[in-house]
Amino acid sequence: MQGKPVTLKALDVVSLLLLAAATYLALVFAPTEAVMGQVQRVFYFHIGTAWTALLGFIAAGITGGLYLATRHQKWDIVEVAAVEISLVFFLITIVLGSIWARPIWNTWWTWDPRLTTAAVTELIYIAYFMLRQGLEDPGRRARFGAVYALVGAISAPITFFAIRLFRTIHPVVIGSGDPGAEGTFSMVPDMKLAFFFALITFTVIFVDLLWNRILMGRLAARVEQLKLSLIR
Amino acid sequence: MTARTSSPPKREPAAAGFLRAVGAVAWKDLAAEFRSRELFTAMLVFSLLVILIFNFALELDIKTRESVTAGVLWVTFAFAGTLGLNRSMSIEKDQGSMDGLLLAPVDRSAIYFGKVISNLTFMLIVEAIVLPVYSFLYNVNLLRPGLLLILLLGSIGYIVVGTLLAAMAVQSRTRDVMLPILLFPVVIPVLIAAVKASSGFLTGDDPASILPWLNLLVVYDVIFTSIAFMVFDYVVEE
Repeated sequence: MQGKPVTLKALDVVSLLLLAAATYLALVFAPTEAVMGQVQRVFYFHIGTAWTALLGFIAAGITGGLYLATRHQKWDIVEVAAVEISLVFFLITIVLGSIWARPIWNTWWTWDPRLTTAAVTELIYIAYFMLRQGLEDPGRRARFGAVYALVGAISAPITFFAIRLFRTIHPVVIGSGDPGAEGTFSMVPDMKLAFFFALITFTVIFVDLLWNRILMGRLAARVEQLKLSLIR
Repeated sequence: MTARTSSPPKREPAAAGFLRAVGAVAWKDLAAEFRSRELFTAMLVFSLLVILIFNFALELDIKTRESVTAGVLWVTFAFAGTLGLNRSMSIEKDQGSMDGLLLAPVDRSAIYFGKVISNLTFMLIVEAIVLPVYSFLYNVNLLRPGLLLILLLGSIGYIVVGTLLAAMAVQSRTRDVMLPILLFPVVIPVLIAAVKASSGFLTGDDPASILPWLNLLVVYDVIFTSIAFMVFDYVVEE
């Protein structure tokens, strides 16, 4: 049984340090935004987690296609890891976004394209895991997972454009008004530093979590193999 | 082995064989359904009940009716469609006829297209009955060509993805529950476009504003028919 590779352990430490540094930059170093005040600091983490979720989304779509093309189990393991990470991080993004939205837009939620697409993508991921759970045969599980990941990856951007079209033709009259107008701000250099540092941090966190999850996935596959060989 | 004295039988072109297989699968479903009518009756009664419930759930007075009709119709069709898709695939699985189909020497995608055609036919027939009934109950004319076009394009998009996902859902443990959970998030662009375009046609909007929605429906239909066609093999293999 192999333990965690040293590189991964190092990456774990690096991720934690980067996160600590990013937190400092976001909460202490960056200047307070003039109009929105302290709550604007949520923005650095919100974009970071959204970026991680997006990386996972793209990885899931690609590995789904790769699995169907090659039938290598490794793509299935990566796909599950990517979907899981994306699921969690989209949820965090939505929560952070709501925390930011409440004082600024005076509403927890709005049905604008990005939020709605995030919610729909979240539902696709949950459906993905429910589908996998209901299947016993590992080969079938991997195949169906890949098919659904592919279908989901293609429908999510179409959903985004559909809702955007919806909004341009029928602008929101009741509610918080145009969300784009309130809440936009220009970033001073110090803010930009915190922002880009957060992006880098969350990219590293994505890689770290993905790698860890892939290792877990490999172990799980091995356990399942052993279980099946015992039954037969 | 004796030497061949006669020429081997002529093989028909692959395309003709494919179309015949598609036709055979579709015809099998339609013929079976024509005899028993159980699937169709279930879908139809369900649709009428949903419309009845909507009457009490939403205040469909004359003013609100216009803005809400398209949505009510499409919700009804979405749920009835799920019923039809589930049943259509379960029958194959339960009676083992899916295995028989898979053993046949035809391209797997012929089975897919045959299934799509039969599922689409059921959905369209149900819609064809629900429209006049709704018109009758709520005194609004729904039999307009623009609306019928949307119904067709939207149903195609829904059934194309639905057939693929139903083939997966029916093989999982939580069979019946799985299909709506898988289907609805993915089919949202169809519902958005269909409701918006239907509404546009009903309220007599400027055609230029309806065109983007029609385009979206066509794009969705084309993209997902291609994908489902390519991927169906993986879903039914043993």
